[in-house]
Amino acid sequence: MAQPLVKKDDDRDEEADYSPFLGIEKGAVLQEARVFNDPQLDPRRCSQVITKLLYLLNQGESFTKVEATEVFFSVTKLFQSKDIGLRRMVYVMIKELSPSADEVIIVTSSLMKDMTSKTDMYRANAIRVLCRITDGTLLTQIERYLKQAIVDKNPVVASAALVSGIHLLQTNPEIVKRWSNEVQEAVQSRAALVQFHALALLHQIRQNDRLAVNKLVSSLTRGSARSPLAQCLLIRYTSQVIRESANNTQTGDRPFYDFLEGCLRHKAEMVIFEAARAITELNGVTSRELTPAITVLQLFLSSSKPVLRFAAVRTLNKVAMTHPTAVTNCNIDMESLISDQNRSIATLAITTLLKTGNESSVDRLMKQITNFMSDIADEFKIVVVEAIRSLCLKFPLKHRSLMNFLSNILREEGGFEYKKAIVDSIVILIRDIPEAKETGLLHLCEFIEDCEFTYLSTQILHFLGIEGPKTSDPSKYIRYIYNRVHLENATVRAGAVSTLAKFGAMVDGLKPRIFVLLRRCLFDTDDEVRDRATLYLNTLGGDGAVVETGADVKEFLFGSLDIPLVNIENSLKNYEASEKPFDINSVPKEVKTQPLTEKKAPGKKPTGLGAPPPGPPTTVDAYEKLLSSIPQFAKFGKLFKSSAPVELTEAETEYAVNVVKHIFDGHVVFQYNCTNTVPEQLLENVTVIVDASEAEEFAEVASKPLRSLPYDSPGQTFVAFEKPDGVPAVGKFSNMLRFIVKEVDPSTGEAEEDGVEDEYQLEDLEVVAADYILKVGVSNFRNAWESMGADFERVDEYGLGPRDSLAEAVNAVIDLLGMQPCEGTEAVPPNSRSHTCLLSGVYIGNVKALVRLQFGLDGPKDVAMKLAVRSEDEIVSDAIHEIVASG
Amino acid sequence: MDSCPCIKNIILLDSEGNRVAVKYYSDEWPTNSAKEAFEKALFSKTQKTNARTEAEIAMFENHIIVYKFVQDLHFFVTGAEGENELILVTVLQGFFDAVGLLLRGNVDKKEALENLDLILLCLDEIVDGGVILETDANAIAGKVASHSVDAAAPLSEQTISQALATAREHLARSLLK
Repeated sequence: MAQPLVKKDDDRDEEADYSPFLGIEKGAVLQEARVFNDPQLDPRRCSQVITKLLYLLNQGESFTKVEATEVFFSVTKLFQSKDIGLRRMVYVMIKELSPSADEVIIVTSSLMKDMTSKTDMYRANAIRVLCRITDGTLLTQIERYLKQAIVDKNPVVASAALVSGIHLLQTNPEIVKRWSNEVQEAVQSRAALVQFHALALLHQIRQNDRLAVNKLVSSLTRGSARSPLAQCLLIRYTSQVIRESANNTQTGDRPFYDFLEGCLRHKAEMVIFEAARAITELNGVTSRELTPAITVLQLFLSSSKPVLRFAAVRTLNKVAMTHPTAVTNCNIDMESLISDQNRSIATLAITTLLKTGNESSVDRLMKQITNFMSDIADEFKIVVVEAIRSLCLKFPLKHRSLMNFLSNILREEGGFEYKKAIVDSIVILIRDIPEAKETGLLHLCEFIEDCEFTYLSTQILHFLGIEGPKTSDPSKYIRYIYNRVHLENATVRAGAVSTLAKFGAMVDGLKPRIFVLLRRCLFDTDDEVRDRATLYLNTLGGDGAVVETGADVKEFLFGSLDIPLVNIENSLKNYEASEKPFDINSVPKEVKTQPLTEKKAPGKKPTGLGAPPPGPPTTVDAYEKLLSSIPQFAKFGKLFKSSAPVELTEAETEYAVNVVKHIFDGHVVFQYNCTNTVPEQLLENVTVIVDASEAEEFAEVASKPLRSLPYDSPGQTFVAFEKPDGVPAVGKFSNMLRFIVKEVDPSTGEAEEDGVEDEYQLEDLEVVAADYILKVGVSNFRNAWESMGADFERVDEYGLGPRDSLAEAVNAVIDLLGMQPCEGTEAVPPNSRSHTCLLSGVYIGNVKALVRLQFGLDGPKDVAMKLAVRSEDEIVSDAIHEIVASG
Repeated sequence: MDSCPCIKNIILLDSEGNRVAVKYYSDEWPTNSAKEAFEKALFSKTQKTNARTEAEIAMFENHIIVYKFVQDLHFFVTGAEGENELILVTVLQGFFDAVGLLLRGNVDKKEALENLDLILLCLDEIVDGGVILETDANAIAGKVASHSVDAAAPLSEQTISQALATAREHLARSLLK
C-alpha cells in the first residue's frame, strides 16, 4: 500500500525497461481505491490511484459490473475535494466508466453544481461529462444552463457546450434544435474554435433545410472565418450548396466558385488544400475552373512535408481519372516522386503518371517502375499492375514492353493476390489485344510450370483451353499442359485433362496425339481425373477413328451452363433418387434477386395480436407450387416468369392490393395480394373485375375468388387470361375490387350476419414487354456475345432526352428491358461522360438475347444511347428494339 | 456528420508497439482485441519509416493515418479515407507538441508513463467524441497543466495536506531504499 507510484530519476539507469506500472494488478488497484472513502482525502494519492485505474482500462482490462459500480460510487465521494487536478481526473474517470442511468443520478447534482461554478474549467468539463452520460429526461432540466453556456464569455465553456450539442443532436434532436438562436450567436464569436464548433452544430441542425444552408453559406462567404478549421467547414458547406444548385443553373458562372478560388490564396495550407480538393470534385468541372487548383496542388508536390505531398498526389490521382490532360503539367514533379521515401506517395505518383502519360513516355516510365517494384509491398504492386493494364489497353501498340514487364514481375516472388492481379491483367490483354495473344499465352504457360497456387493454375489451364486451339500453332501448348498431368495435385491434373480434351475437340489434326495422352490419364490415382479422361475419350470418339467432333458434343462438353449454380445446387438437393432421372430442364433459370419491393409489400401495418401473418410466397419455386395447386391453372404448363409485386393502391388506404404477373406460354395469371386494413370490417367473396378492353389479345378464361378477407391477414385472388402462344402480347388492364363487406364488432370480433356488396377502384395494370424477358446472367459476356454471332444483330441509336444523370438513364433502360446486368456494368462511375452497359436475358420461347448499351452525354443533360442486340432469333432482336422505341 | 472533420482514434505506442495511451472515438473497433490488432498492424506497417523530423502519412484499411515518432514513442492519429490530411496532421501536431510541453521536452516512454495522468488529460482536451476540441499545443497544455489549486479552498488546509503528502512520500521512499 505504501509503495510509491513514481520513482525518481536516480535509478533510471538500472532498468532500461522500467515502468511505473510494472506488475500492476487489477485486484490490488481496486483495493487501493478504498482511499477514496477516507474521511481525510489525500488528493495526490487519489489522483495516482485514478491514474492506475485509467491505465488498466487503457490497456484493455475490463471491470465487472460490480467492480465498476463500486469504483463509480467511491469516485463520486471525491467531489468533496476542492483539488482541481483531482477533479479533472474524476471527470475523465466518470466518462470512462459510462455509468448506468440509476448511477448517473448520484453524480447529477454534483455535476450541476460544477456547471454553475465560477471556475471556467469546472463549467466546461462538467458540461462535457454531464452531456456524455445523461439521457433525454435530465437534458430538459439542464437545457437552460447549456443555452447560457453556448454564449458564455469563456471560449472553452462555449466550445464544450457546442460540442456536446453536436453529440446530443444524434440522440435528442428536438431539444438541440431549440438552441439555434444561441448557436447562431456563437457563430459570430470572436474565438476561433467557438466559431468552428458553432458552425458545425448550426449546419447539422439545419442540414435538411436547403434554403437555410444556402443563406448561412452566402452570409459567411462574404467575410472570412476566424480559424482554418471553420474555413474548411465553410468550403465543405459551399461545395454542398453548389452541388445542390447545379441542377437549376444551366449556364453562366458557377455560384460561389469565386469564393473557392479565393480560398486557394488563404494563408493556412489546410484551407488551400480543402479548397483545391473541393474544386476538383465539382460536378462537371471545366478545365478553366481546374487550372488554379491544379497549380496549388503542383506546388504542394515539392513540399518538404510528406503529408502535403501525399494529399496533393492523391487528389491529382483522382483528377487524372477524369481529366488526364489537366494533370500533365505536373508530370515532371510527379516523376521525381517515384523515388519518394514514402511508398504510398510513390505508388500514387506512378499510377497517376500511368494515367496521364503519352505513348512516347511509356518506355522511360517502365524503366523507372522496374527499379521501384522490387522494394514495395504487394498491395502497392497490385495498384501498379492494374494501372499498367489500363495503360496497355489505352496504347495497344505498346503491348510488347508492357507484356514483358508483366511477365517479368510474374516470375518474381509474390503473394497470391499479387500474382492473381498479374494473371488477370495478362488474360485481359490477351482478350483485348489480338497481337498480344501468342506471347501472352506463352508467358502464362511458363508461369504454370512453376506455380504454387492451384487456383491460378486451373484458371490458366481453362483459359488455355479456350484460346490455345485458336492460335496458329496449337501443338506447342500441349507439352506445357501435359506436364501438369505429371507434376501437379489432383485438381490441377483434372483441369489439365479438360484442357487437353478441348484441344482435341477443336483441332482435328491433334486428335490422335491427344487420345494417346488422355488414355495415359486413365490410370491416374484420382477418381475425378480418370472420370474426366474416360468421358472425353468416349464422347470425342477415342476409338481411334479421327472424326470431326459434332457441334452438340462440343456444346455438351464445353458449352457454358446457362443455369445459375445456386439454382442447380438447390434442385439437386431436393432431388430424391428414384426411377426418374434428374432433369436439368426442371431447374429454374431465373436469377434470384431478393426483390426490394418485398419490404414494402403487404402486412406492413402493425398487428395488435402476436406476430404478423406470413406474407404471400414470392420466390419462383413457391409461385410455381402455389399456381399448380389451383386446378384452374394447373394445365397452363411451365411458369415462365413471375414479376415483382406491383402496388395497385396508395399506401395507407383501406385496402392494400398489389399484383404479381405470372407469365405462361399461352396464358397470363394475375395474382392479387389483398390486405384489409380496417379492423371493423370483414370482406367476403373478394374478386377483382378486370376490364381488358385495352388489351385486345387477351381473353379472360378463369378466376379464383377469395372467400374471406379478415382484418390484416393477407389473402389472394387470381384472374387468368388466355393469350396467343409464345407471343409477347402487351396491354393495359383496369381493375375493380368487388366484395361483400360485413361489419365486425370490435369488442367480440364477431361479424354481422348480413353484408353489403361494395366496390373499390384499383389502379390500372399493364403487361409490358419486359414481362416476357427472364433475367438470366452470363458469366462471360464477351464470349457469349461472340459465340452468338452477328447474324441477328440489330443496332440503332436513340435519344433519351434530358436526364438527371447518366446513372438514372442506365437504370431506366435496365428496368424497361427487365434484363440482367452483367459484369457489374449497371454501376456508373460518378462524373463519367459515357458508359457501356451489358445485359443478358431469355425471351419467351427460350430465346437467349444479349444487349450492349452505349450511353453518352450529348450536351449538358441530354443522353444518347446506342443499342446493339444479338439473339438467336431476329424477331426477338427486333422486339427488344421495339420495347426501347416505345418505352 | 459527413461534413464535420472526424477523428477516429489517437494512439500512442512505445517502440515495441505496446500501448502507452490510446483513445478510440469510432465504434469501428468494438472489442479490445480488434483495437489491439489494428495497433499491431499499424505499428508493423509504419515501424520502418522515418517519421522523426516531419509527420508521415499512410493509407491503411480505408483509413488515413498520420504519425510522428520521437525517442521511443510513436504518435498516431487516424481519420476517414476522405478526410483532409492536413486537418489530421494538425491534430497530430497539437497532441505531439502539447505532450512535449507537458513533459518539458523529455519526451520518452518512461517520462510519459510517469506522467500518464497528463497524457490522458491531454487526449481529453484535444478531441471530444471524435470532434476536434482544440489543436493549439499551448492551449491544450495550458488547460491540462492548470494544476493551481482552487481559489476557493482555504489556504491553510491546502498547505497542511500538501506538506503531509510530500512528507509521506519521502518517508516511503527512504524506507524502500
